[in-house]
Amino acid sequence: MGKFWVIFVASISILLPFLCNSFSPETPTDRRVLVLLDDFAVKSSHSSYFNSLKLRGFDLDFKLADDPKIALQRYGQYLYDALILFCPSVERFGGSVDVAAIINFVDSGHDLIIAADVNASDLIREVATECGVDFDEDPSAMVIDHTGYAVSETEGDHTLIASDDYIKSDVIIGSKKIEAPVLFQGIGHSLNPVNSLVLKVLSASPSAYSANPLSKLSTPPLLTGSAISLVSVVQARNNARILITGSLSMFSNRFFRSGVQKSGSSTKYEKSGNEQFLTELSKWIFHERGHLKAVNVKHHKVGETDEPALYRINDELEYSVEIYEWSGTSWEPYVTDDVQVQFYMMSPYVLKTLSNDKKGLYSASFKVPDVYGVFQFKVEYQKLGYTSLSLSKQIPVRPYRHNEYERFIPTAYPYYGAAFSTMAGFFIFSFVHLYNK
Amino acid sequence: MATMPASASDLLKSFKLKTKQQELLIRVSILCLVYILAFITRLFSVLRYESMIHEFDPYFNYRTTLYLTENGFYDFWNWFDYESWYPLGRIVGGTLYPGLMVTAVLIYRILRFLRFAVHIREVCVLTAPFFASNTTLVAYFFGKEIWDSGAGLVAAILIAICPGYISRSVAGSYDNEGVAIFALLFTFYVFVKAVNTGSLAWSLASAFGYFYMVSAWGGYVFIINLIPLYVLVLLITGRYSMRLYVAYNCMYILGMLLAMQIRFVGFQHVQSGEHMAVMGVFFLMQVFYFLDWVKHMLSDTKLFQAFLRITVTCAVAVGGIALGLGMVSGYISPWTGRFYSLLDPTYAKDHIPIIASVSEHQPTAWSSFMFDFHILLFLFPAGLYFCFKRLSDATIFIVMYGLTSMYFAGVMVRLILVATPAVCLISAIAVSATVKNLTVLLRSKNKVVQTGSTKGSGGSKSSSKALLDQSQPFQKNGAIALLFGAFYLLSRYATHCTWVTSEAYSSPSIVLAARGAHGNRVIFDDYREAYFWLRQNTPQDAKVMSWWDYGYQITAMGNRTVIVDNNTWNNTHIATVGRAMSSYEDEAIEIIRSLDVDYVLVVFGGVTGYSSDDINKFLWMVRIGGGVFPVIKEPDYLVNGEYRVDKGAAPKMLNCLMYKLCYYRFGEMLTEYGKPPGYDRARGVEIGNKDVKLEHLEEAFTTSNWIVRIYRVKPPNNRWWLNRYKFG
Repeated sequence: MGKFWVIFVASISILLPFLCNSFSPETPTDRRVLVLLDDFAVKSSHSSYFNSLKLRGFDLDFKLADDPKIALQRYGQYLYDALILFCPSVERFGGSVDVAAIINFVDSGHDLIIAADVNASDLIREVATECGVDFDEDPSAMVIDHTGYAVSETEGDHTLIASDDYIKSDVIIGSKKIEAPVLFQGIGHSLNPVNSLVLKVLSASPSAYSANPLSKLSTPPLLTGSAISLVSVVQARNNARILITGSLSMFSNRFFRSGVQKSGSSTKYEKSGNEQFLTELSKWIFHERGHLKAVNVKHHKVGETDEPALYRINDELEYSVEIYEWSGTSWEPYVTDDVQVQFYMMSPYVLKTLSNDKKGLYSASFKVPDVYGVFQFKVEYQKLGYTSLSLSKQIPVRPYRHNEYERFIPTAYPYYGAAFSTMAGFFIFSFVHLYNK
Repeated sequence: MATMPASASDLLKSFKLKTKQQELLIRVSILCLVYILAFITRLFSVLRYESMIHEFDPYFNYRTTLYLTENGFYDFWNWFDYESWYPLGRIVGGTLYPGLMVTAVLIYRILRFLRFAVHIREVCVLTAPFFASNTTLVAYFFGKEIWDSGAGLVAAILIAICPGYISRSVAGSYDNEGVAIFALLFTFYVFVKAVNTGSLAWSLASAFGYFYMVSAWGGYVFIINLIPLYVLVLLITGRYSMRLYVAYNCMYILGMLLAMQIRFVGFQHVQSGEHMAVMGVFFLMQVFYFLDWVKHMLSDTKLFQAFLRITVTCAVAVGGIALGLGMVSGYISPWTGRFYSLLDPTYAKDHIPIIASVSEHQPTAWSSFMFDFHILLFLFPAGLYFCFKRLSDATIFIVMYGLTSMYFAGVMVRLILVATPAVCLISAIAVSATVKNLTVLLRSKNKVVQTGSTKGSGGSKSSSKALLDQSQPFQKNGAIALLFGAFYLLSRYATHCTWVTSEAYSSPSIVLAARGAHGNRVIFDDYREAYFWLRQNTPQDAKVMSWWDYGYQITAMGNRTVIVDNNTWNNTHIATVGRAMSSYEDEAIEIIRSLDVDYVLVVFGGVTGYSSDDINKFLWMVRIGGGVFPVIKEPDYLVNGEYRVDKGAAPKMLNCLMYKLCYYRFGEMLTEYGKPPGYDRARGVEIGNKDVKLEHLEEAFTTSNWIVRIYRVKPPNNRWWLNRYKFG
């Protein structure tokens, strides 16, 4: 018996690091990634990108997109934390995977990278549409830019674009400035105007348009200028992150290594910005950056430590919350000065900026308004690039009890005097009236 | 003794005291029987269903009583209930009449003290019948006070089984009215007693009776306006007396001070327009008293006339100015809508749809008078005739009570309840006086034949009747026929009352009963099923949105937070819910989210044919919603002024949230043999929109007979943000 016990403990202690490594709210960085490919050639042609992921500790599982054995979940458990779709031309996924399965995968908090290309299949387009972007409807259209193209050997081909119109967010694309433009060759997409969760990370220049480069342009192109997005990201409400791009080749080794010179510009860069841009972006997508958590939401009356079940109007209270940011390996205090707490009942009655102690503890103290009702402490923190924090804690506020009012009000002393003098007068009057014959 | 009348009568003749004793015995035993009868006739609902609380409001009363027993009086007094009216909350202690709960808890404590291990629910269920029994005793004494003990006995019998009263006092109907009618009648009785005797003690008792009434029901306003009106009439008819002065002043001053102790009433006695009449009459009494004194001091009548003119003018002017100033400065609040709607029955319909929407606030139909009063409706005028014939301070009071309450009963269905005691008393006078006259006729003839001696009390009367007899030969036969007629009528009354109680007023309305195809009783227990589901399957802090009718039940039985409930104190909040129900789904979801609603509950009778469901109440939601939010327009939901749900219905009607929630998945259902799917049995039509798709809500639970349907509000789409806000 004791032997088994030892084995059990040993196996647990061996397995423990692996168990802890898996994706969880405590360690939000993804671990297991499924990569779906059109053919295994991509695995070698895009090996730099995959290697950079592997080096950062990701466990990549390469599968052909039409492999009949692929599955995202088994017995209700997801097998992967993230999915990379490098299979622009797949018409039908193998196994149990379909559009709904991918959407459910995202809706249960997992990340997704979609790379389409010219002649992207309807399937890939459908997934993209579900995520809030629309690829150009013309299957053979490409993004063409006659002024912002990258200078290359083949003269006249302006479909290879060098773009440096990034989103201005250090959280998403890293704090280190990307010097060289990013090479892009593929299909453009536009953002669905009603969806405000989708963001343009890399947009085309105002002179770009989307059309079939081989045929003559007979009608004005539908997608033009900065409306074309080359790379977009979505951060869903449950903080699942999605990357969508219309170019598979921008991930390729060839683009990573090639030099770039933007037309009209004399500077020639030895190496394109693709590697830095996409690596940094993948850090964001896989939650190595910009992931916040709020813990230990506390509130209590000033001078007390216990959390009351309800407050009274005009109470002084203190509210505190700890906010940490995931650095990829550990939770670091998140320091900023723009976190606000609302004391909310249909509309905010109190709106106060929380002060922090640089160690992640944010706190504020304020007075409960002179209104009773069911209030909420609300922290709605939505900052570009960061996961959104939406905390709400319900707390009723009651009016005064009958014995919490002042008993004697100084201004009312004349009335008290009047009442008591009348009583005394009445007593004396009755006495005199009764006994004075 | 009573079983041997022949031998007993001989004995009785020789012992006069024995007659009185026998009468007393009969009277007491009749009263005891009536007391028991009043209680047991109200137990139909317990026998038919089970010992449970009925209707809507009683559930709130039950919940508060439970709170009172568990937490004690001070917590109850300061109770801030955050489970209703989310997110506003309700100060329960300050917005209810605590009399009922305190009474029930008192009874509960006494029973516990006597080692009866009862549950508070049993006490609550039986409180109303118990007080109905007590009311019969008060009716007896009141009848005795205004007429004689015979009238009192008849009044006790009549009120014990009168449907107008039973409707609000069956077992399980744990509502304010249950104890309030007792308090009302008691106050009136003691006040009349005080007026008759001029005794301070009775007057004090009436002040306490009034205090109990104020603590129990908002209907106390009727007392506080009827009594000054009565005093005014006495003053005008020259019946002013010292007795009246003592009774009224003591009752008013003490009653007012006591009533102010009820938080919900507070300073209304000095600040609200509804209570100004009683104050005006109080001052008028002082002026009267003063004038009386001056008249006594002044011997010169001319001088007194001049003085009278000046005083009256001054008094009226001062009173008018004070009232005007009070009104203008806002110190005296104007009359409330409810009060206006009593004086002008059309007022609520035009101005306050929320009052007009309640079925018991509708003007009374003739049939319901007949239903609730039966023969009393015909005896009432006869009783008035007798009262006018023997006018006294007491009969004037009962006449005024009868006439005013009859008027109010005509304005609002529920006020039949207030009229019932008056109608019973006046009818009792009619019955008692008639029967007495007839029996006197019969007996006097016998006595004339035998000895000519008469009973002590009505000696001169019967001898005069005896004289009349000789001129009318068939009088005795006529009297016998009339007596039989009277007893026939009364027995019909008893049958009718029992039938009404058993058929109409004993259903708890939370459990529905219907007759099945084979005449068997079918029970629909859907409400409790739904509330039980809510309690077991939803998070503790889930918020449920429903029309306000079901609010009390959801909080009491489902133990979940509601947005609005039957305490309709905030019209805007109710209008918001009405607006959500009558909007398109994507507009409604904005409102639903802003109120943090998790579940939406609707009541639907299309499957069972249950007619008081949300679709039939829907127009009121539109009206109440439209009263605050003009975007909701009633004509949008009507076709040529007609309300319909079939193919010809208005497009907005077919797509509003309420329609969708009620008829979701109903289009595929066969409800009745030989009818198309989606046939609504409550409306008797095939519904117009069978393909109902819900986007933001999903069906969570539907009870076995589809009467209650609960929908869950879906969280917003994970990948879509249909908002104006944008990051960055």
